[in-house]
Amino acid sequence: MDLFEYQARDLFEKHGVPVLAGIVATTPEEAKAAAEKIGGVTVVKAQVKVGGRGKAGGVKVAKTADEAYQYAKDILGMDIKGHTVHRVMIAEGADIAEEYYFSVLLDRANRSYLAMCSVEGGMEIEQLAVERPEALAKVDVNPAEGITEAKAREIVEQAKFDAETAEKVIPVLVKLGEVYTKEDTTLVEVNPLVKTGNGDILALDGKVSLDDNAEFRHEDHAALADKSSADPLEEKAKENDLNYVKLDGEVGIIGNGAGLVMSTLDVVAYAGEKHGNVKPANFLDIGGGASAEVMAAGLDVILNDPQVKSVFVNVFGGITACDAVANGIVKALEILGDSATKPIVVRLDGNNVEEGRQILADANHPLVTSAETMDSGADKAAELAHSAK
Amino acid sequence: MSIFLNKDSKVIVQGITGGEGTKHTARMLAAGTQVLGGVNARKAGTTVQHKDKDGQDVELPVFGSVSEAVSETGANASIVFVPPAFCKDAVIEAIDAEVPLIVVITEGIPVQDSAEFWAHAKANTGADGKPKSRIIGPNCPGIISPEESLLGITPANITGKGKLGLVSKSGTLTYQMMYELRDLGFTTAIGIGGDPVIGTTHIDAWKPSRLTRRPRPS
Repeated sequence: MDLFEYQARDLFEKHGVPVLAGIVATTPEEAKAAAEKIGGVTVVKAQVKVGGRGKAGGVKVAKTADEAYQYAKDILGMDIKGHTVHRVMIAEGADIAEEYYFSVLLDRANRSYLAMCSVEGGMEIEQLAVERPEALAKVDVNPAEGITEAKAREIVEQAKFDAETAEKVIPVLVKLGEVYTKEDTTLVEVNPLVKTGNGDILALDGKVSLDDNAEFRHEDHAALADKSSADPLEEKAKENDLNYVKLDGEVGIIGNGAGLVMSTLDVVAYAGEKHGNVKPANFLDIGGGASAEVMAAGLDVILNDPQVKSVFVNVFGGITACDAVANGIVKALEILGDSATKPIVVRLDGNNVEEGRQILADANHPLVTSAETMDSGADKAAELAHSAK
Repeated sequence: MSIFLNKDSKVIVQGITGGEGTKHTARMLAAGTQVLGGVNARKAGTTVQHKDKDGQDVELPVFGSVSEAVSETGANASIVFVPPAFCKDAVIEAIDAEVPLIVVITEGIPVQDSAEFWAHAKANTGADGKPKSRIIGPNCPGIISPEESLLGITPANITGKGKLGLVSKSGTLTYQMMYELRDLGFTTAIGIGGDPVIGTTHIDAWKPSRLTRRPRPS
């Protein structure tokens, strides 16, 4: 989960990383009050999870609280690369002498952590890495140790900070390393990390990605989730923790395991060529250990998609055995009652397949058709979608 | 030729008394795997009842630690069915006990935990400079050498012994492929897991298969 800048700022503050005052606002009135509270020159910053907001006009310096009000009014509701601005952060103005870059992230290729640092901050780091790679220090960080003081020293030396600045940057990098490990993140990026006219080091703008798998040991992380989504079906799926992506077709898809669901999309699209070019309506992975409730929630989302004409449930039982899936489908149809009106093709294979198929046969639900193979199931679902179109 | 796992592999189950551990211990035994015992610190000294592939009753001992289980049973492989919150400690325990093959089935492990146990495994090297433990997973279906042994959750009856090797990040799509290609059969199929940090990569799994040239499409 990627955080907004203001959320990253708050996490930094929690771990003792030096930051400036910042208050989030959702209305121009709130923005004005925040600017009055902070006092002096403030910066009104659009809160969107996409880069390039400065160029898009999403960052403005306000000399007075009234200016902050006006800028907030302009920026709120603005569209930045497809992201609507719902919040702004009113931040204390900074006296910037120099700009640096720092990040620490999960290095998948090396199964380790990687710290990157440069004394040439402020610009796009991808651009710096291409144009002047020698200016970007890359230092491997042992996951068993994290960013120790010695590691921070190694980083600033490779980045070629002057001796005086280096001593001030080191403790900030150690603190940012704490944010990285203690908050279970996969990315902590500060761009820019600045030196002020007084020589203080400040994290001026931060990006943080949290590891969703670690939510169980961070009670406060759930509150950081942004539940709003452009699509109401995706929003509903998110509320039920379903892995759902809306697509533009007619055949609803439910499967277990991302790989199998992706290939199911392919097989359905292929089968659709023979049946009026119907296409998959969505991606939905119910994952391992799917219960009846999860299946019901998944079916509910898909059956509520007005574009959907038929549903294809494709499950290869491993840790989720087929009898559990079959029970899930039967119970889901009980829960949904008359609101379920679209035909459902079910293909089961793998662990407890006989039991699973028997449960469906016994239930004998008028909407449910069993398929022996993935290909025949896809074909049947496409045919049903086409005839209902 | 099977790799990493064969009919002689001796297996312990970490989390043998839990729901998934119980279910899949039964399935692995039915597939012919030599499961010799398991680990649960809170139930050390007890036993669990199962049936082997011939339907004979077997009584498996539950040990308090992996090192004890290894020294008592001579196990050379472990499979981990431990909830995410405790999984890092379980894997590190198996690494410290120098178990040569550790399969981590658990889904939903924080990635920093995986990075930590991987760093630990990498630091624990033998005389040849290689890590003493091979880790497969986490968040994977495990490994199967059909008709020999199953160390994982793959349905064992969807394919037989044959000439294909298979390495895949996916779980259920691996089953689908094994099932579609059942006429050819498999030596060993490995689900390496889809997490950002995994113990055995595609290339790691390739090397021991001793393929001397690239198979060409005919």
